[in-house]
Amino acid sequence: MPKITYISHDGKKNTVEVPIGLTVMEGALQNNIQGIDADCGGSMACATCHVYVPENWFNKLEKLQDAEQDMLDMAYEPKKNSRLSCQIIVSDQLDGLEVTTPLKQT
Amino acid sequence: MIKIDTIIIGAGPVGLFAVHQLGIKGLKSIVIDNLDKAGGQCIELYPDKPIYDIPAVPECTGEELTKNLLEQIKPFNTEFFYNERVDEVMQDKENWIVKTNNNNEFTAPNIIIAGGVGSFEPRKLSLKEAVKFEGKSIFYAVKNKEAFKNKNISIFGGGDSALDWTLELSKFSKINLIHRRDEFRGAPHTLAEIKKLEKDGKISIKTPCQLESIEGDKDIASITIKFEDGKTEKIKTDTILSFFGLIMKLGPIAEWGLNMNKKTIEVNSENFQTNKKGIFAAGDICSYPGKLKLILSGFHEVALASVECFKRARPEEKYRFEFTTSSKTIQDRLGLKK
Repeated sequence: MPKITYISHDGKKNTVEVPIGLTVMEGALQNNIQGIDADCGGSMACATCHVYVPENWFNKLEKLQDAEQDMLDMAYEPKKNSRLSCQIIVSDQLDGLEVTTPLKQT
Repeated sequence: MIKIDTIIIGAGPVGLFAVHQLGIKGLKSIVIDNLDKAGGQCIELYPDKPIYDIPAVPECTGEELTKNLLEQIKPFNTEFFYNERVDEVMQDKENWIVKTNNNNEFTAPNIIIAGGVGSFEPRKLSLKEAVKFEGKSIFYAVKNKEAFKNKNISIFGGGDSALDWTLELSKFSKINLIHRRDEFRGAPHTLAEIKKLEKDGKISIKTPCQLESIEGDKDIASITIKFEDGKTEKIKTDTILSFFGLIMKLGPIAEWGLNMNKKTIEVNSENFQTNKKGIFAAGDICSYPGKLKLILSGFHEVALASVECFKRARPEEKYRFEFTTSSKTIQDRLGLKK
């Protein structure tokens, strides 16, 4: 099963196994990982599952759609490497992915 | 103080359908919502996005669903209290008293909390110094545009609100429109107008950049923005308008003594009552084994809750289960003429 590492804003690492097909957001919720709220439940409507993805991984992810980019405008301190974790679907290719959660989501 | 059979908190789809289920049983309700209109998440988060899992409705948008629910509850002439948040809930023997931030008071034997993920509030600027200017020179909405005349206004955001207010306020104030990326999201004709204003030197657009700091003591003197390449720029500003959408906050609900599970309220799945008799929770805000956060689940939940509401509001009457197709009483309540 792919391993995903969630890094908190102050650097604490939490590596968990997330089944293929789930989103990075769901992987966080199922493992009680702090820092991802996901208020809207994954309908790309709230920007509270915002994460930063390091460049080497960012380029491997499927491209951002306009709707996700628009939603990221609403996120807390978005950066160039921001993504909504509800839109990143876990696959074998993403084994070892690291994402960093922002200081807060709202 | 307004006396009623049931106080419904939240005017989303589940709150609206609660009006219906209570109404056909002859119970009167009022609805309180922090937004300025009905629809909840359907209207605020995805008015144009299609929904495919409403039984017998193959496809509809959040806006259409809301419109149809409002049509369906029209016969009950329900009073809505918008722009109000319930702050306090107090027990008064068999009844509950509800106070809002607008100083309205209601009393009823039943409360149905259909509050989704909580109340919608504007997403605020993250800078610490923003707090002291809030409501004086930093605003998250325009209530009276007269107050924004002859100012140096910096508007943050890239969506409809930011664009529309840039157009409107540029008629009588100097506007800087500031956004974190080059693309704006808005109707084509709005974007064209914005472009034209910039070309004519009427407004100034700064992208891609974000707010770095706010200078000023009592009033704002200037702001500093930081561009993606690291450069910074100081801009003369006395007023900031920030449009980063709405967030959902559970708010005071957490303080009403209800058994909570993370951000949800625990209920039994027989009548969706909480640990407090007469307080029910339905829709996304409730949790019980097997709970699914679907609109259709919320509809089921309020149907069952309304039966217990009836028993509490009419203890002297016997509850009779009836079908809308055959019950003369229900059809009268729906105002149908035979």
